[in-house]
Amino acid sequence: MTFLFHTGRYFMFLGRVFGKPVKPGIFMRQIIDEIDDLGIGSLGIVAIISVFIGAVITLQTAYNIELPIIPRYTVGVAARDTILLEFSSTIVSLILAGKVGSHIASEIGTMRVTEQIDALDVMGINSASYLVFPKVVAMVFINPFLVMISMGIGIFGGWAAGEFTGVVPSAEYIYGIQYAFIPFYIVYSLIKSVVFGFLIATISGYWGYYTSGGSLEVGRCSTRAVVVSSIQILLFNLILTQMLLA
Amino acid sequence: MIEVKNVFKSFEGAEVLKNVSALFEPGKVNLIIGRSGSGKTVLLKSIVGLHEIDRGEIIYDGRDFSGMSEKNRKDIRKEMGMLFQGSALFDSKTVGENVRFPLDVFSDMSASEKDDRVNFCLNRVNLENVNELFPSELSGGMQKRVAIARAISLNPKYLFCDEPNSGLDPRTAIVIDELIYEITKEYNMTTIVNTHDMNSVMGIGEKVVFISEGEKCWEGTKENILTSDNSRLNEFIYASRFLKQMREEFSKTKGEN
Repeated sequence: MTFLFHTGRYFMFLGRVFGKPVKPGIFMRQIIDEIDDLGIGSLGIVAIISVFIGAVITLQTAYNIELPIIPRYTVGVAARDTILLEFSSTIVSLILAGKVGSHIASEIGTMRVTEQIDALDVMGINSASYLVFPKVVAMVFINPFLVMISMGIGIFGGWAAGEFTGVVPSAEYIYGIQYAFIPFYIVYSLIKSVVFGFLIATISGYWGYYTSGGSLEVGRCSTRAVVVSSIQILLFNLILTQMLLA
Repeated sequence: MIEVKNVFKSFEGAEVLKNVSALFEPGKVNLIIGRSGSGKTVLLKSIVGLHEIDRGEIIYDGRDFSGMSEKNRKDIRKEMGMLFQGSALFDSKTVGENVRFPLDVFSDMSASEKDDRVNFCLNRVNLENVNELFPSELSGGMQKRVAIARAISLNPKYLFCDEPNSGLDPRTAIVIDELIYEITKEYNMTTIVNTHDMNSVMGIGEKVVFISEGEKCWEGTKENILTSDNSRLNEFIYASRFLKQMREEFSKTKGEN
């Protein structure tokens, strides 16, 4: 019952979120602020995680290839495909669900418990649209860029690990990342990142918007937002993979 | 003028407002008083449309607010200003941006006209040189004054104040009360203040509506509140030892004469 209640209320909430925004000038300014806050502000963590995971993928693949007949450039192929197909879109989005999702839910939740949302409603402003719509647009727009940056840094991390540890010669790795390259993998990853950006912003916005109580409840809603966004990302990852790669 | 007619409101089966009717007059400070949990905040939030009522009518100068869709309510909402218990200032915006916000959204003023209006509203509530500060840098009393400045920025016809004195020291509470009173007279607004502060009642209560257990139990002015024989009202008012003593002395003097 609770699941049905939240699903129904979530779709009704989306109906309000995509209502007519306030003045276009204000809306544009909000989108730019949110891109800066949610997207640019996440660049650091995306870069750090990508470089290390790229490096680890390369080392693990290299250390697990025991047959001498398997060429070393396979490490580059494996690192590239893992990063393009799964890591940069799904894992980075899961990390962003934690960082950005909790930020959105706690920001909106705090506004709810301190009556700031009531103040918007009394003024006749569609508070759901005013607060969440710019975040959705910002996340849908910026998430693909973050994913592309993660791809580049992850592959670089893999090269750096291979080069400095000596497990994969630079030329072999570079040959590997170009070998049998399928450009659609990037498109597939970007499509996923758009969907995941949408899920993070709307689910976290939903939990924040319907917070009631005090600061303890804001914390709980923030946690729920991260958990539910993460589960939905994993579920949609499965659905999209079947739809796009089958 | 705001009319509340036979309003009922319940939450999950618990009836919070039971057949409440009241008339709030323009140019006057109308108070809703009652104990905590009596339903006065629910009544105020129902009047401004933050809670949808189950039955009854809320009428703003002949316009049936409760029967309108949210879209049609927008015109009336532009005529409302509200001061919340915790001020409800947008903490990511500066004081100037908070006061300017309704102007940005609803007015077609130029940037310099908006600046002038912001400064005028802040001066009206006796605040100067605070435009660039954030709400967290202000005291509770100053935050309330900024909230009043934001509430009056669009020249509202109706002003609603939910517990304006909560968390303030007695001196600052009087300043806020006086400000609400002066602004009401200046703009001939219909002001509704929700309070349980007897100093406010005796200071600015031109019309008082007493709510107890979700029902309207008494209605009158601050002058006749002390002589009322309504037992529930007396129980609420004379919970204050000071007022109880005053009443006893008043009765004693009356008896001696």
